Amino acid sequence: MKLPIYLDNNSTTRTDPRVVEAILPWFTEKFGNAASRNHPFGWEAEEAVEKAREQVAALIGASGREIIFTSGATESNNLAIKGVAAMYKKKGNHIITAAIEHKAVLDPCKRLEKEGYSVTVLPVDKFGRVTAEQIREAITDKTILVSIMFANNEIGTINPIAEIGKLCKEKGILFHTDAVQAVGKIPVDVEAMGIDLLSMTAHKMYGPKGIGALYVRKKDPRVRLEPMIDGGGHERGMRSGTLPVPLIVGHGEACEIARLEMAEESKKTFALRESLRKQIMDNLPETFINGHPENRLPGNINLSFAYVEGEGLMMGIKDLAVSSGSACTSASLEPSYVLRALGVGDELAHSSIRFGLGRFNTQEEVDYAAKLVVSEVSRLREMSPLYEMALAGIDLKSVQWAHH
Amino acid sequence: MPYSDAILEHYNNPRNVGSFSQTELNVGTGLVGAPECGDVMKLQILVNPFTGVIEDAKFKTFGCGSAIASSSLATEWLKGKTIDEAMAIRNTQIVEELALPPVKVHCSVLAEDAIKAAILNYQEKQAVPAELVAAH
Repeated sequence: MKLPIYLDNNSTTRTDPRVVEAILPWFTEKFGNAASRNHPFGWEAEEAVEKAREQVAALIGASGREIIFTSGATESNNLAIKGVAAMYKKKGNHIITAAIEHKAVLDPCKRLEKEGYSVTVLPVDKFGRVTAEQIREAITDKTILVSIMFANNEIGTINPIAEIGKLCKEKGILFHTDAVQAVGKIPVDVEAMGIDLLSMTAHKMYGPKGIGALYVRKKDPRVRLEPMIDGGGHERGMRSGTLPVPLIVGHGEACEIARLEMAEESKKTFALRESLRKQIMDNLPETFINGHPENRLPGNINLSFAYVEGEGLMMGIKDLAVSSGSACTSASLEPSYVLRALGVGDELAHSSIRFGLGRFNTQEEVDYAAKLVVSEVSRLREMSPLYEMALAGIDLKSVQWAHH
Repeated sequence: MPYSDAILEHYNNPRNVGSFSQTELNVGTGLVGAPECGDVMKLQILVNPFTGVIEDAKFKTFGCGSAIASSSLATEWLKGKTIDEAMAIRNTQIVEELALPPVKVHCSVLAEDAIKAAILNYQEKQAVPAELVAAH
């Protein structure tokens, strides 16, 4: 077992060696431009891109013609939201999204708001979910787009996407979902779920960084987008720029592997996650799950350890690559906006650690991680004035803290 | 963010973790910070009332590694100092000793606040009997 152990698979994943192998020839002997129509170098590159497009589409139940390659999900989200807003502005100016969306959704919405669009940011329940009913109530005759993430990156909670998609169909409103965390981990089907636009990225599913895709529905309805990048008219004019063939091949291969192995793999990652969670929670009282207890991504568990600060804990468990909702590193001292939106108290938000299990983790790593977390949390609690006060029966909420 | 060896040393082997009884007259307790801000430090000094020398110091901290290290270092420095010498400890000295990065300077400020709060608490406790005596 090698240290440190990578348990941050919601942040990025290791590129699968099979993906790397598939990519390599496209850097060297097969280096053509997919847009070169007049020689074999171009033809083989184009063929590889089209194969990858089909592989990506197959994973989400789409057709290859509905896949637009981008630089990643941030670009996909920007293109979906700004592209729809610009194209449908005569129809309306209202967009609905939710409080715990990724910044790559919230910030484009904020920009549109400055430009005169109206944005409704829905609150989420204590598990981080948005309901179709909330959306129904927020829809106006000016609503042109609903953008709700498939699964949350910090807390792993899965939204009722099919219900939201059905509602949007019924109302004739476009539905975009940021499915970065879901694609390749849990079943995603744009037809069955009524999704019109879907953002995804390769590097969260064992593909390379720098490549992603936007699914854009072609019929019922045919979705149109105002492009953000103009140029050679690549990707049906929606995203100009020479296609990064090696990355696209890698994205395709990653999707192919996921399509074939997802069912088995998600069982394995789920079992590892539950083993980690149980070993930790059975041995540490006052440890809380952030997000939905069941309806969450198989590999994600987000825990708050009362009386222990997250960043301080990360220093103690430095053999584990994890992330924390504590914002002690940022100058703002603001903990995670996602945890705050759930109504997790700030003190528990500061105490949170996200564990992201993935394809390459093993039971041995999980056992090691659990033991380390239990021993470090115990050590830090012994060092925590809050723990001491709680043991003495002092209600921490009743204390007049000297805010600084 | 890479941490300095000094921070890691104090984090891994914190000095003087623990508590004195808050009700003792010769103990001064400082509790600063707030859980929702992500740092709370409790720093205590045990003072010899005859010499005014801090004979022992203890801490407990909820916070990041830099906060734990800052309070651990503070307790080390406090031992053997007089109240006046302790009052002269500045957060900048802690920043220097631990090589705290700019985003962690607030941890040293909190440690200085904790020292001052503990001294103030000790002085208040000492002042009470004097006032009572004067009132009689």
